[in-house]
Amino acid sequence: MVMNKKTSVLARTWSTPVILIALLVVIALVTVAIGSGIFSRTITEIFIRVTLVVGMYIFIGNSGVISFGHAGFMCLGAYAAAWLTIPPMMKKILLPGLTPLIADVQLPLILSAGVSALFAAVIALVAGAVLMRLAGIAASIGTFAMLAVINTIYSNWQSVTAATSSVVGIPIATGIWSSLAGAIAGILIAYFYGISRSGLALRAARDEAVAAAASGVDIYRERLVAFVVSAFVCGLAGVLYAHFLGVVNPDAFYLGVTFIALSMLVVGGMGSLSGAVVGVVVISAIIQILRWMEKGIEIGGASLSLPNGIQEIVIGIVMIIILIIRPAGLMQNRDLSWGATAARKSKTGD
Amino acid sequence: MTAILQFAFDALSVGSIYALGALGIALIFGVMRLVNFAHGDYVAFCVFALLWPSIDVVAIVFVGNLPWYLLIPVILAIGAGLSVLSEILIFRHLRNSNPATMMITSFALGFVLQHVLLMLFTSRPKSINLWSNLSLPVELMGARIPLLQVITIVTTITILFALVTFLKRTQFGIEMRAAAEDFTMARMLGVRANRVIMAAFAVSGMLAAAIGLILATQTGTTDINMGMPIMLVAFVATVIGGLGSLPGAVICGFLIGAATVMLQVFLPLEARPFRDAFVYLAVIACLVWRPQGLFSPKSARERV
Repeated sequence: MVMNKKTSVLARTWSTPVILIALLVVIALVTVAIGSGIFSRTITEIFIRVTLVVGMYIFIGNSGVISFGHAGFMCLGAYAAAWLTIPPMMKKILLPGLTPLIADVQLPLILSAGVSALFAAVIALVAGAVLMRLAGIAASIGTFAMLAVINTIYSNWQSVTAATSSVVGIPIATGIWSSLAGAIAGILIAYFYGISRSGLALRAARDEAVAAAASGVDIYRERLVAFVVSAFVCGLAGVLYAHFLGVVNPDAFYLGVTFIALSMLVVGGMGSLSGAVVGVVVISAIIQILRWMEKGIEIGGASLSLPNGIQEIVIGIVMIIILIIRPAGLMQNRDLSWGATAARKSKTGD
Repeated sequence: MTAILQFAFDALSVGSIYALGALGIALIFGVMRLVNFAHGDYVAFCVFALLWPSIDVVAIVFVGNLPWYLLIPVILAIGAGLSVLSEILIFRHLRNSNPATMMITSFALGFVLQHVLLMLFTSRPKSINLWSNLSLPVELMGARIPLLQVITIVTTITILFALVTFLKRTQFGIEMRAAAEDFTMARMLGVRANRVIMAAFAVSGMLAAAIGLILATQTGTTDINMGMPIMLVAFVATVIGGLGSLPGAVICGFLIGAATVMLQVFLPLEARPFRDAFVYLAVIACLVWRPQGLFSPKSARERV
């Protein structure tokens, strides 16, 4: 990597978050211009997913360790938001086991969002303190075990999480703009973490663990920092999701979402922030187009439609083909940026 | 005494399935560093291969009507065929790409298989009557044990013995073990990579088929998601056994089975719903204690 010593990392890379945010803003504006309620919900969902996948990228992309646990942080954030924003009257009936401190409050949404995401980050600090000692595939399994523990607790603690039944009565507040704000916040946090001292050290450790450790990088510590920051953003995605649907259920935050989010990240390219965002946008776009085709499209008076259920099969095959052709993902570990000086290439793998 | 015997049989029969699953995953991981997430869907696919595609609640049995001495080889062949086919069509093109890419590709393959089954059979679980007389209990030293449990355990042990013989006594098996130990070195010494990898996929697919048959008989239902939970536990067993160590995978499969049954018996009633949380906490403890796995082969250690 050729470095221009005179310019700071910020000066060389600032265009990346700007381009990504602009991309999302354009999508939001087009959606509002179209003005269809259903379409706007679809786009909101995509923005929530961008938040989640960008959150996962902060840890997975920078550390190179695949985590299966981040859906757990989404779960923590979503349930915390439910605890803090459901009217106290309803809470006493639905969730009688809550401590009085939580049972009696109803926080304003913004405050609750911050507190809930912070809750996910605190749990990540505790879990990460143990799990970040592990490396490679053992770390992946460790994070999966953490997810399983979270899921088991939330699916069985009747009086506090209503077990497997859904928690209802969460104020519905996530629209296209608030989800866009969440996604932008995620991208900014990911970007600033990426160019921070910790982010740079962690990427160095990802590419050459031994050399980085020899140069004084405390890999355990940097991984833990990334884990906590990424849990915060994933928790935020959970908050958005809870206020989007108005109901939460532990099954919504288990293996399904884990694998879908991971697939988007890997197909986009897990080595760069742009990969995370592009992965979500591209895969979601393909899914949406296939859904429309399932419903049927008019071509010259004749209605053509794909059989139901073919959408998932096609998306799976498309992902396999993309990964065979471009094993490092669509973005191949590069970031979108302006001009040659801003090009930030990082090599991973091999 | 009878309680202990009952407990031992429960633990062994739960563990058997995990052990077979872990072995199937470890075999493939050994030769090409691929964590095959589609393994669980191979299991489901083999079970559904017994049936004729339909959306009815009661399964229309098709292949399942064959007499057992034909049915077992046919299903095993389907498992092996599916597994080898996925290697030829997909995984062969991903050799040497990074583990995350291979993992997600295998997941995507599982996703496709699952939705193919969904399209043909719908998501409703179906009841299937495969050798139902095997679930009758037998008396064994005072404990009443379902015959099927005995058969499951005996079958597993037979399969394990057959595999050990295959791996230790045949040319193919020795090549496979060499490849699992150090793939590059094995190739330099004349082991043909494609052949060994295909053989590993074939054996792994047959193991998946065996799990499918046992499960279908045990539960009497078929469900497109039936392989997934087993695959996950098997995956965990493979890792805490030490990735690449075949005996480690088998032993840890049995260990997790025993731990699950033991917790079910000994946990206080109010903590019992949280059983899996305790199992996975134990898994984390295990990993932190020995990150390389309990029985890690020498080759698993990273060299600097």
